[in-house]
Amino acid sequence: MDISPSTTAPPPPPQDLKASSPVSHKAASRGATRPGDRIFLGLSRGSGILLLLIMAAIAAFLTYRASIVLSENEGNFLTTFEWDANSIPPVFGIAVLAFGTVISSIIAMLIAVPIAVGIALFITHYAPRKLSGPIAYVIDLLAAVPSIVYGLWGALFLVPHLTGFYSWLNDYFGWTGILEWQGGAPRSLLTVGILLAIMILPIITNVSREVFKQAPQMHQEAALALGATRWEVIRMSVLPFGRSGIISASMLGLGRALGETMAVATVLSPSFLINTSILDPGGGTFAQNIASKFSEATVQGRDALIASGLVLFVITLVVNGAARAIIARRKEYSGANA
Amino acid sequence: MSHAIDTKQPASTLQGARLPNWAPYVIAAGSIAVGCGIGLAGGLDSRIQWGLIASILFLLVTYLLAAKIEGGRQAKDRMATSVVWVAFLLAVIPLVSLIWETVARGMKVLDSYFLTTSMGVLADTDVGGGIYHALIGTLEQVGLATLMAVPVGLLTAIYLVEYGRGKLAKAVTFFVDVMTGIPSIVAGLFILSFWILILDMGYSGFAGAMALAILMMPVVVRSTEEMLKLVPNELREASLALGVPKWRTILKVVLPTSIGGITTGVMLSVARIAGETAPVLLLVWGNPLINTNPFEGPQASLPLYIYQQYANSAGSPAAYDRAWAAALTLIILIMVLNLVARGIARWKAPKTGR
Amino acid sequence: MAKRIDVGGLTAYYGSHKAIEDISMTVEPRSVTAFIGPSGCGKSTFLRTLNRMHEVTPGGRVEGKVMLDGEDLYASAVDPVNVRRTIGMVFQRPNPFPTMSIFDNVAAGLRLNGNYKKAELAEVVEKSLRGANLWNEVKDRLNKPGSGLSGGQQQRLCIARAIAVEPQVLLMDEPCSALDPISTLAIEDLIGELKERFTIVIVTHNMQQAARVSDRTAFFNLSAVGQPGKLIEIDDTERIFSNPSVQATEDYISGRFG
Repeated sequence: MDISPSTTAPPPPPQDLKASSPVSHKAASRGATRPGDRIFLGLSRGSGILLLLIMAAIAAFLTYRASIVLSENEGNFLTTFEWDANSIPPVFGIAVLAFGTVISSIIAMLIAVPIAVGIALFITHYAPRKLSGPIAYVIDLLAAVPSIVYGLWGALFLVPHLTGFYSWLNDYFGWTGILEWQGGAPRSLLTVGILLAIMILPIITNVSREVFKQAPQMHQEAALALGATRWEVIRMSVLPFGRSGIISASMLGLGRALGETMAVATVLSPSFLINTSILDPGGGTFAQNIASKFSEATVQGRDALIASGLVLFVITLVVNGAARAIIARRKEYSGANA
Repeated sequence: MSHAIDTKQPASTLQGARLPNWAPYVIAAGSIAVGCGIGLAGGLDSRIQWGLIASILFLLVTYLLAAKIEGGRQAKDRMATSVVWVAFLLAVIPLVSLIWETVARGMKVLDSYFLTTSMGVLADTDVGGGIYHALIGTLEQVGLATLMAVPVGLLTAIYLVEYGRGKLAKAVTFFVDVMTGIPSIVAGLFILSFWILILDMGYSGFAGAMALAILMMPVVVRSTEEMLKLVPNELREASLALGVPKWRTILKVVLPTSIGGITTGVMLSVARIAGETAPVLLLVWGNPLINTNPFEGPQASLPLYIYQQYANSAGSPAAYDRAWAAALTLIILIMVLNLVARGIARWKAPKTGR
Repeated sequence: MAKRIDVGGLTAYYGSHKAIEDISMTVEPRSVTAFIGPSGCGKSTFLRTLNRMHEVTPGGRVEGKVMLDGEDLYASAVDPVNVRRTIGMVFQRPNPFPTMSIFDNVAAGLRLNGNYKKAELAEVVEKSLRGANLWNEVKDRLNKPGSGLSGGQQQRLCIARAIAVEPQVLLMDEPCSALDPISTLAIEDLIGELKERFTIVIVTHNMQQAARVSDRTAFFNLSAVGQPGKLIEIDDTERIFSNPSVQATEDYISGRFG
């Protein structure tokens, strides 16, 4: 066995274990003729298959329900700017939802990624050693707070406190058109973006932190020994090493932001139009639209919501799959060079 | 500033003019003072702006001073340090504010009456009422979800670590990862489509629990997998070498060794789904009355209660008070789960070899 | 170019653990000084106190003085960044920056210190690579990543990177322990050439190597595991290996322990 888990050494990276652990089990499982072994293997393999079946069922059932209503849709599912799914025939389209989802997620990413990378660096390279543990714990707490509580806080605390900020943005940057404000309640895509940023901060921070922690000490020492300042060490040996990690962390965060429901539903005042300004009402998000429209929806209306949910499902699938693929490739890369 | 210049001209290459150690604190204090000053004088009513002005001032002054006295490289280094500190503080502020607001506003009506009373026939705008029915709903739904998700999750993890070879294991691993990222509302829509729309069952706690179980499974698989991987191979080999069948080795050696870590993982995943609102909204519907049967008829749940108190009350202060109190209860519940889970992890840690 | 190092009463800690205690010695300029001793005797720790790398380790702390031509490295006005620029270091395992090309690796230290023109950079890089006896092997692939070289070439690349910034002193922490015999020989030859220009301190666990490359040798030892390492004696290499003044040194060199 080429691994030697000891009581003090840090656990070896998972891929090593995977590669080396089965040697003994393979022989054992091939000879799994005992009834106990066969039942146990059947049960555990069955659970794995069940998970795959659930994923397939999600895709199948959503597609089936969506197909019923899409064949009757009078509007264009992709380009129609309205959501009148209860009427007969239904007229609905996801253009506004796609717009709002993308814009709010972009805002959230623009705010959260730099701050999260900063905090991750703070924990691994800047904070006094005694502080870094508690800080990591605080970040975990931030992750444990349920989204509905963020929503409540966003709606009843954040929104009233943003009025001044909105008018300030309008005064100085209103000319850009993007930050123009007509003076309504600050429940627009920008507020949603800010709230989402706070909510996805922990996951981006935690994943980046893990990557920065793994940055090889020897390259950091090489930079130090050349007379690099702390920032130069980070720029020369930590950030290049962690770049793909930051990207995949951001995509995991993006996946969260795209699918977040309750926080958006409580904060946003949705409207079925597209506005160039992110301070004025305009747009909704897939998830928020489902939550807000659900209680009044007829069966047909629900199928329409399911159709929009299917789009959200596919988008998050692609984003998360890409993030995982990047992480997997990075593992191979770093494994080959270790 | 004068301090650094007064020190005698560096005679060698080793010394460099440096800002004194207290400089960052003084600059920070000054920036905050000026930020508040500008805020007051300019009549900016939002604290957010005060903070932003102070942060930008702090960064600018640090950079300019350092650039002038210490040189460009040191200035960049100080700038990076300051940016990282500011990033950290920016993240702490919302957390502190959120906890503070929830505790301060939640304490108003949170008492034993609130915990042991349902909403009954109270209108949303009325004073009084409580969360008893919602607590029951949450406990039952989360309990059912745990009963469904934990066996499947555990067995899948065992399959992946102890047996997993080939394409099937790879596919399961990949889709577990992907499943972690499924938005909760999509899980809710899935159960809605097949349980309620196709099988024509009604809203119930059980329907919600199924969606919660889907959200919980991948988390349990992931954390259990990590824990099982930490069990040293020597232990397995020792047991197999004694002629113990593999399934008994797993049950009697591998699982007991990692049980602490697995419990922690399960509790953290319970904490996670206890706060889920979206699937409950679609599948459990909500109910102001006590319904102790999770298999029949709409129920309430804590997160859903918060949402409905907020959304259906047209701004009634009584409803907002209840929403905050319920939020506080939910946070306490989740924090307790988290703390206990971490306690178990720490308590059991030496056995798992970490 | 080369400077003398005087160490006075130096003690280093990891947290509350005392790693080395009360070490005093002089390192002559333009010579090779070797540190030998059993594992855990603190010779690498001591080496790292000479360019203030020890304090980078969590809990690392130093008491005492290290004078570089009469100037204390640990004086409060001294910037450790400048110290490390003046006293270069080569590590046990070759550690070229994996994301940089061979050229960029050698130029990395220079780029930190101001704006060089492209031609100037190229000149220094070539000079350094020649100085590290690597130029002929890599001149056609300067833009390839440094991680593609063999172990011995990587280590010489690291030496080139260290000497590119023209340090006064070059510290080497078991530079050959990860290399095969032929690469080791190449590095040893290189050390012989480099001592014309630099003060060199090398930690080695290989006594033949110490005997081959060094002018002076310092022997470190510790009385028991967990006790701080101490300097037993420092003398001309010839004397240490033929007629050391302390019995422990002779025991170690003749293989009676350690």
